[in-house]
Amino acid sequence: MSTQLKSEADRAFVSLQHIHKTFLPDSVSEVVLFTDFSLTVEKGRFVSIIGSNGSGKTTILNLICGSIPADSGSIGINGRVVDKMKEYERSRFIGRVFQDPSKGTCPQLTILENMALADNKGGGFGLERGVSKKRLDTYRTQLELLRLGLEDKLGLQVGSLSGGQRQALALLICTMTPLDLLILDEHTAALDPRSSENVMELTERIVREKKLTTLMVTHNLKFAAQYGDRLIMMHRGSVVVDAAGAAKSALHIRDLTDKFNEISIEDGN
Amino acid sequence: MDIILGLVRDVLEEGFIYGIMAVGVYITYQVLGFPDLSVDGTFPLGACVTAALISVGVNPWLACLIAFLCGAAAGCVTGFLHVKLRITDLLSGILVMTAMWSVNLVITGGKAVLPFYDQPTVFSSGPASLLSGGLQDFRVVILGAAVCLAVKYLIDLYLRTKSGLLLRAAGDNPQYVVSLGRDPGSMKILGLAIGNGCTALSGCILAQQTESANISSGFGMVVMALASVIIGTSLFRKVKFVRATTSVVFGAILYKTCLVAAMQLGLPTNYLKLLMAVIFTIALVSNNFFAGRRKTSHVNPTQI
Ligand SMILES: Nc1ncnc2c1ncn2[C@@H]1O[C@H](COP(=O)(O)OP(=O)(O)O)[C@@H](O)[C@H]1O
Ligand SMILES: [Mg+2]
Repeated sequence: MSTQLKSEADRAFVSLQHIHKTFLPDSVSEVVLFTDFSLTVEKGRFVSIIGSNGSGKTTILNLICGSIPADSGSIGINGRVVDKMKEYERSRFIGRVFQDPSKGTCPQLTILENMALADNKGGGFGLERGVSKKRLDTYRTQLELLRLGLEDKLGLQVGSLSGGQRQALALLICTMTPLDLLILDEHTAALDPRSSENVMELTERIVREKKLTTLMVTHNLKFAAQYGDRLIMMHRGSVVVDAAGAAKSALHIRDLTDKFNEISIEDGN
Repeated sequence: MDIILGLVRDVLEEGFIYGIMAVGVYITYQVLGFPDLSVDGTFPLGACVTAALISVGVNPWLACLIAFLCGAAAGCVTGFLHVKLRITDLLSGILVMTAMWSVNLVITGGKAVLPFYDQPTVFSSGPASLLSGGLQDFRVVILGAAVCLAVKYLIDLYLRTKSGLLLRAAGDNPQYVVSLGRDPGSMKILGLAIGNGCTALSGCILAQQTESANISSGFGMVVMALASVIIGTSLFRKVKFVRATTSVVFGAILYKTCLVAAMQLGLPTNYLKLLMAVIFTIALVSNNFFAGRRKTSHVNPTQI
């Protein structure tokens, strides 16, 4: 396993180097989360990240996306050092789906308007017509892939869709234009079991089809074991399990559950 | 009969002129969710700029354009204070509104009222002079409506462009704009520029109607504009074929109707601002009431 990690570092597509992050420093509620944290991911990997509550999973994603700054250390994506880039600048090559279904789409705009905006990502947002009639068929074809019947509801406000439909749409939307990195933060957690399965299958399909490098945080150990080709377990700001390829396939869900219970008990929850 | 016709004319004159501002405030308040108090300062800004320009012989239509641009610049300042310096939305508006008082005084050369009688205005020159006989009495309504509807139409067109869609997205879900690789803050500034540009244009047209600019004419404009927007959008929410921008113009006319009706029923002028506040409160409360009822019918986020 160590040789495999070494080779990943050489071919790092995403790299976090010597990251330090403390929340609310010098206050009573100070949280020292990361001290000298490093992680690399090679191109094309589908990484599932699990871990106890508060272990820093979301924070890693926030650091990569630029939603919060690191205290020190450096982050690189596809050969670029992104430390000085703002969140919206990094978004040009990162796609992200949040846990909250209302974050990934605009509720008051229609499905069509949401897709037209996403379709124009990377282009100028000038005074041309917002929705191009020529693209309608493309949008319909893409929506058909969701198998939710949304292709007949292009004029519907996204706010009136269910959480599962919105997450599926958000996933489709953020992968419409070319991406370096897909970030999923518990994107099925707010959904009921059935929609959760649907969205997860869709995720797998899109990631494989587009060969996307993906970081997926999940609360669901089964998903983590079943999907992805590398699994990371976090605990208190460190990686406690890191298994890729064959080593991951060899991991049994029971081992994961045991390990997970162990770290959770340590945290008293 | 003539009295009623005269009243209807007065209501429409003012309704359309203030309707221009309502369309602008629709952008900031309804599209961006920004309660913009700088309107109280940018409305007289438009009037003062216009008076200063027209009294030195500038073409009244060019004055309209310049007034719009001045208002837009002031809106950019509000946006800058809020977005870049992280001052709250309400305070940013108050700061600009306060600063505008001095700016307006500088523009009028220190005068509280700057008249420009007998100079050409949009109501007395150009297309207006083509209106024949009887229509002359209605030239303010006709030109006010023309300008107001032109602004409304341009805003409608804009909202359907890529930039316009992005502006709506910025008000709806700023995180979505971020995910498109765009800065939602810039869109906010742009929206405030458009909103205050329209407001200044509204002040400009009013000044041309009265042939003078009054630096205290902005007092109460926030309340009037917001009331128009809220009355208009909540009344016509259910009516699909009426655009929101059209409904806020109706809102402005309706609002003026209430005021004029109250005056006709003998309400002393001193109570005018009190009445404005009361109408606004009623509009807000009833809007919240209906919005609350609508929310319950929303789809639960976890059901598919
Ligand atoms: N903005 C913040 N302010 C203060 N503390 C924070 C903030 N964000 C995260 N934390 C703390 O950092 C720790 C890790 O949080 P997070 O990354 O959200 O955990 P999780 O692994 O559950 O996603 C938690 O203890 C949390 O309290
Ligand atoms: Mg989390």
